[in-house]
Amino acid sequence: MKDDIILRVAAKIVMPFMLLFGLYVQFHGDFGPGGGFQAGVIAAAAIVFYGLIFGLDAARRLVPDRLVEALVALGVLIYAGVGIAGLLLGGAYLDYFVLDAHDTVHGQHRGIFWVEAGVGITVSAVMLKLFYMFAGRGQKE
Amino acid sequence: MPSILEHAPALQVVLPLAAAPLIVLVRSAAFAWAAASAVSYASLAIAVLLALRVAEGGAISYAIGSWQPPIGIEYRVDALSAFMLVAVSLTAALVAPHARRIVSAEVAADRVYLLYAMYCLCLAGLLGMAITGDAFNLFVFLEISSLAMYVLIALGPRRRALLAAFQYMLLGTVGATFYVIGVGFLYLMTGTLNLVDMAERLQAVEDLRPVLAALAFITVGIGLKLALFPLHQWLPNAYAFSPSMASTFIAATATKVSVYVLLRYYFMVFDPAALFDRLPTRELFLALSVAAMVTASLVAVFEQDVKRLFAYSSVAQIGYITLGIGVDNVDSLTGSIAHLLNHGVTKGAIFALLGGVALRSAGGAMSVQSLAGLGARMPLTALGLVIAGLSLIGVPGTAGFVTKWYLVIGAIDAGLWWVVAAILASSLIAAVYVWRVVEIAYLRPAPAGGRREEAPLSMLVGALGLVALSVYFGLETSFSVGGAREAAELLLGAQP
Amino acid sequence: MSGFWGHYTYFVTVFLMVAGLYILIARGNLLKKLIGLSVFQTSVYLLYIAPGKLVGATAPILADGYAVYSNPLPHVLILTAIVVGVATLALGLAIAVRIRDAYGTIEEDEILERDRSEPDADAEPLARPERS
Repeated sequence: MKDDIILRVAAKIVMPFMLLFGLYVQFHGDFGPGGGFQAGVIAAAAIVFYGLIFGLDAARRLVPDRLVEALVALGVLIYAGVGIAGLLLGGAYLDYFVLDAHDTVHGQHRGIFWVEAGVGITVSAVMLKLFYMFAGRGQKE
Repeated sequence: MPSILEHAPALQVVLPLAAAPLIVLVRSAAFAWAAASAVSYASLAIAVLLALRVAEGGAISYAIGSWQPPIGIEYRVDALSAFMLVAVSLTAALVAPHARRIVSAEVAADRVYLLYAMYCLCLAGLLGMAITGDAFNLFVFLEISSLAMYVLIALGPRRRALLAAFQYMLLGTVGATFYVIGVGFLYLMTGTLNLVDMAERLQAVEDLRPVLAALAFITVGIGLKLALFPLHQWLPNAYAFSPSMASTFIAATATKVSVYVLLRYYFMVFDPAALFDRLPTRELFLALSVAAMVTASLVAVFEQDVKRLFAYSSVAQIGYITLGIGVDNVDSLTGSIAHLLNHGVTKGAIFALLGGVALRSAGGAMSVQSLAGLGARMPLTALGLVIAGLSLIGVPGTAGFVTKWYLVIGAIDAGLWWVVAAILASSLIAAVYVWRVVEIAYLRPAPAGGRREEAPLSMLVGALGLVALSVYFGLETSFSVGGAREAAELLLGAQP
Repeated sequence: MSGFWGHYTYFVTVFLMVAGLYILIARGNLLKKLIGLSVFQTSVYLLYIAPGKLVGATAPILADGYAVYSNPLPHVLILTAIVVGVATLALGLAIAVRIRDAYGTIEEDEILERDRSEPDADAEPLARPERS
């Protein structure tokens, strides 16, 4: 598909908007439909889109396998880290109230932000890893 | 530090849950084994700590995120969940640290760290199921442990493991979804997901039809997970073809925690609203349990693959556990809950010893005939199999006897003499298939060229430790029966 | 609308539930079983969300003029359930791909036939997938 100039140009224009939309959905989960899971899927879809047009190897160069696997684990650790931060700051596990010393509502905001960030990272990495594994099967080197 | 100790309920689940992504990040097999072992020991320590605190101070309630129940998710440790936590983590502590050799022999080298990551997730899921007090949180942990289990089974050395894992996945997901449907009905009628709050509100509900439907859905759903006869079809293949460490861990813990869920729902959510009198649940459980005990033992007698033989034996033993629900008095429930621990260590011992046999036998195929001459080739392993087999039969001095004693007393108290006869009959059939294994191990000559080579010391220590526990809990019953009796009294005393 | 046909959401739920279960049981192709499982799980999402919506209610907005809220809790629960469903589907597809590598087919009766006729064929290691 990378020989078709229309697809190439259109992909290069559309992909940044897809990523931007993913970021928008990620950070507006408290105001509208959104949050980590949906945003992760949209971000992964952007990379998958790139892979479909320019080839799986190009996508693999853009986001290497090792990085994807590391991101899967990293997102979960961020989520657990937020929980443990609540523990260390004197509250219960996953306590967001104590995350800001002055304003508990702001603490809630911070907690949700980081937790959703962890979720978004893990989900996009998992979706991308699934794409790599399933799409990579047809290619026998 | 005292402040960390008061967060023990959360740490019970968080430690294994955080270990899994760490293992995936570091990717080394040695680190994976070390992390899994450390987490197993830590879970045991925390579980024992929680059990001690509950024994002296009563139930512990921990509010996740500091949102108080019933709005927030509550981790609730009472006599029953403390018993369950100790049972699961005890088995974990004796399986994971000793499985290094067999895992590297059965699983491809580049996937060993993934097996340990799945093991940590499974442990976190099982512990979370036992400790949570929220209905939907329970589903989340149920699926965490189940998905990890499907992967663990699929990592087995033979290709039949794949289909076994797939079929278990289909049935298990249907079971979990049935559970979610049941919880949905309960939520619709009571407006809450907290189990304690739900029990209170359920007593005030007038239209009982959705609640009875919920009871039915939860029974079938959890019944699929605990391999209640006739929903046990996934179990023999899943146990037979999974890697040895996985079958040891899963056989000892997975179905038991599902039984715990059933007990909690039946006696602490549904029973206070007197729902058992509206549906013949007790009679149903009696019938299904007796059917499981007798038919599964009979199938085990004729089974050719040794792991499937003991898998059918597990189905029969689960029948003993659900029998206590059918008889429904303190003694029989004590027997049931004690069997969660007793069968866990007994079956764990058998599968751990079979793991040693698999390591030392060529090709890894595990037919009953391949055990020929085991008494000469691997004397300690064969002795362990005999002792654990005696516990399966229920010979006095073993943990299995303690369970059957209480089940028989409970049945006699309730006047159910046919149940007593069924227990004795199934014990006799168990004696037949255990004798089959013993006869082949000791009275048949070893195949020509078989060397006398015992299982590696690391594996033997864990397996014989489980065997020793199956004898210890038969003689020193203060924890196994004492804890079970407290849990049974808690369950039966939950009625207003 | 009210009355018998006012509960149309439950009819759709039950239809999807039963259809999904039927596909799962009746079809021998592993992929079709997975699709049946997905349809079955979708019915559960509907079971939770539909009763949460109150007629004439809005999202939970704490401001003047918004009095009746639809229940936001089922949405959160179902988000979790959808993620679980996606994970299950991904795992099922991965196992189905590995089964195809090892057996050459994904029809359940053919797989069982192959197991019956070549019981020891799998004493050798599984077909290793290409490192991807």
